[in-house]
Amino acid sequence: MKVVVGQGSCGIAAGAGKAFDILENKLNKNHELTFTGCIGMCYLEPIVDVYNNDELHRFVKVSGEIAEKIAEAVNNNDFSISAEYEIADDDKAFLSSQTRIALRHCGLINPEKIEDYIADNGYEAIKKCVTQMTPEEVIEIIKISGLAGRGGAGFPTWFKWNAARNSESEDKYLICNADEGDPGAFMDRAVIESDPHTLLEGMLIGAYAIGAKEAIVYVRAEYPLAVKRLKKAIKQAREAGFIGKNIFGTDFSCDFTIKAGAGAFVCGEETALIESLEGSRGMPRLKPPFPAQSGFLRKPSNINNVETFANVAWIINNGGEKFAAMGTETSKGTKVFALTGKVNKGGLVEIPMGKTLRDVIFGIGGGIRDGKEFKAVQMGGPSGGCIPAHLLDTVIDYKALSATGAIMGSGGMVVMDESTCMVGMAKFFLDFTAKESCGKCTHCRIGTKRMLEILTRITEGEGKPEDISLLEELCYSIKDGALCGLGQTAPNPVLTTLKYFRDEYTDHIENKHCTAHECSKLVKYKINADACRGCTACAGKCPTDAITGEVKKAHLIDRDKCIGCGTCMATCRFGAVEVE
Amino acid sequence: MTLFNSKNDSDLSLLDETLERYGDVPENLITVLQSAQEIYGYLPTDVIIRISQRMGVPITKIVGVATFYSQFRLTPIGKYLIMLCKGTACHVNGADGIYDAISSHLGINDNETTEDGLFTIKCVACLGCCSLSPVMMINDDTYGSLTPEKAINILDSISQKEGNA
Ligand SMILES: Cc1cc2nc3c(=O)[nH]c(=O)nc-3n(C[C@H](O)[C@H](O)[C@H](O)COP(=O)(O)O)c2cc1C
Ligand code: FES
Repeated sequence: MKVVVGQGSCGIAAGAGKAFDILENKLNKNHELTFTGCIGMCYLEPIVDVYNNDELHRFVKVSGEIAEKIAEAVNNNDFSISAEYEIADDDKAFLSSQTRIALRHCGLINPEKIEDYIADNGYEAIKKCVTQMTPEEVIEIIKISGLAGRGGAGFPTWFKWNAARNSESEDKYLICNADEGDPGAFMDRAVIESDPHTLLEGMLIGAYAIGAKEAIVYVRAEYPLAVKRLKKAIKQAREAGFIGKNIFGTDFSCDFTIKAGAGAFVCGEETALIESLEGSRGMPRLKPPFPAQSGFLRKPSNINNVETFANVAWIINNGGEKFAAMGTETSKGTKVFALTGKVNKGGLVEIPMGKTLRDVIFGIGGGIRDGKEFKAVQMGGPSGGCIPAHLLDTVIDYKALSATGAIMGSGGMVVMDESTCMVGMAKFFLDFTAKESCGKCTHCRIGTKRMLEILTRITEGEGKPEDISLLEELCYSIKDGALCGLGQTAPNPVLTTLKYFRDEYTDHIENKHCTAHECSKLVKYKINADACRGCTACAGKCPTDAITGEVKKAHLIDRDKCIGCGTCMATCRFGAVEVE
Repeated sequence: MTLFNSKNDSDLSLLDETLERYGDVPENLITVLQSAQEIYGYLPTDVIIRISQRMGVPITKIVGVATFYSQFRLTPIGKYLIMLCKGTACHVNGADGIYDAISSHLGINDNETTEDGLFTIKCVACLGCCSLSPVMMINDDTYGSLTPEKAINILDSISQKEGNA
């Protein structure tokens, strides 16, 4: 039998390494033990798959104990003893309701084995391109497919390739943007950790199409495992002759380098990324000239996102029409989302464009945790916006999502429930953008800081009636005045929360009240003397020693010492801590 | 704030291999700084001067780059680097509470190091394990689904191990 342990970063963090070690020790040697990348059901990690000929037994939340049981089951070929640890039918739908193209190999192949990739038509698409097609024909197929950039802006990929193709130069560069800056998104990490050769093949096809001899992958600093697997993949592909000189005996040559980012959100913006590749501070350049004319080292360059490239080999193998057959009028193919936050089933979701937000959050994601109320979903991270409950039937389509004030973004989908304060959320994002602003242009540097100050005082109960209009004025002037996408989109979280949750702003300003009970300066806790059993648990947990009382007698919170953190409320097993 | 830890006794020979490999191309500056930080744990002043001389890149530019990117440090860190995620998913799931707990437990703020040189706290935005939020990483190990209590227990077990060692 073949036993496969999911070992993406989140699987490992959840304890997949331990499960692997136990299986390695306990399994009889006639069974094959291997690993795969991210299966995508992060909420069930660690996951172990056992293939008994064609039969799949999938075990979830595999602790050390369960791993021992699995080994026993495999060794004795008796799965009745481990049946209770297998995935529930309800959870199986998480994967079966998806359509996977970019993620087509994730969780199925061993990312560190090129043979696994080759076994599923791997490197056939680049072979077809270089031996049977002109670069123009390749670009034509991508045009037919309707593939648009998955990094956020959704710009047609063929158009960028064509522009770079038409730029005259001996040296051109093909660059992959794997900076994945949206905090709360991990689609690109999953692709690289789970299927690095798909990225390499897509990039090779792009390099052939534009006429580049060098390809560069710019990977986020916080992704050590992705870098490790990518390095290994490049080495294997080079040894196999897919990378390097005269690929498939043709005169197409292309080599790869990896550059690790150093922790700066703005470097996801393509011109800042180029500055960073050149060893400088990542400050965006004015456009035009566009990278297609003057990019890395002032040579024509083309930059695409990881997921964009991950679709390319599939499109070449299956035809542009087949890709374009999925989706809506304006958005073709599928999109990968990283579904997280207060949702029941968090993980990686790839679905055809045209499905609704409800399909994703309530269908695949299984709705909201702990029976709470859905409040909003944040799409596009700090550059995007929130979409409230009454718009849950919005379809996943570049145009439809932009119409809400949010954006498709790169795929981050953070779900919020009634306990999330929307003013607090806006403040959270402005805190992020103000810190990450590179400082080159005044509007972004100072404007985001001023907005953060206003939002901070609103959440602390010091808001003034004129603050809302001041915020709006700042939003529009930053949008108009900022040099790059970071500043131009930074006001979006404020604009969308103002649009859909204006009441919460006024409630904070006028009534000094936070409905979500999240703004600690506005929440006052008290202990209900009748419900309190005097167990002292809250007093022990209180970080400021604000709670006093004797054992078995009702406790008391000292108003002056209380910082409103809510630890007591979370600790109390008797529901005795209340908000005033 | 002191930008520099004006150290002048680093073993510069440790840097030779990196400079040999990448030092000729000024575009490699970030790669060289990453490798230097890997070696020394941070970027000591004498190391910066050495890199500047070898690569022909002005010290001002190096410091400019080193202070722009959050990965680089100009002062030493503790033996255990706690990278606490404050990304969106972790924020929604209570990262602030985890921060308050570990910060008051250790008596240090973001970017500070405990007096015994054991722990440094650094808040980051997203470790890519959002489904396990809230998340922190201590050196190479990731810990997910944290509660304030769980986070403190993890720190305590490290302190204990170090105390006994
Ligand atoms: C502030 C900012 C951050 C960005 N971050 C990313 C990122 O992390 N990953 C990404 O692929 N694109 C990011 N982009 C978009 C890129 O500038 C660029 O449009 C994209 O990489 C192009 O690839 P695509 O056409 O395949 O989407 C960012 C843009 C801005 C303005
Ligand atoms: S937001 Fe914390 S790991 Fe992604």
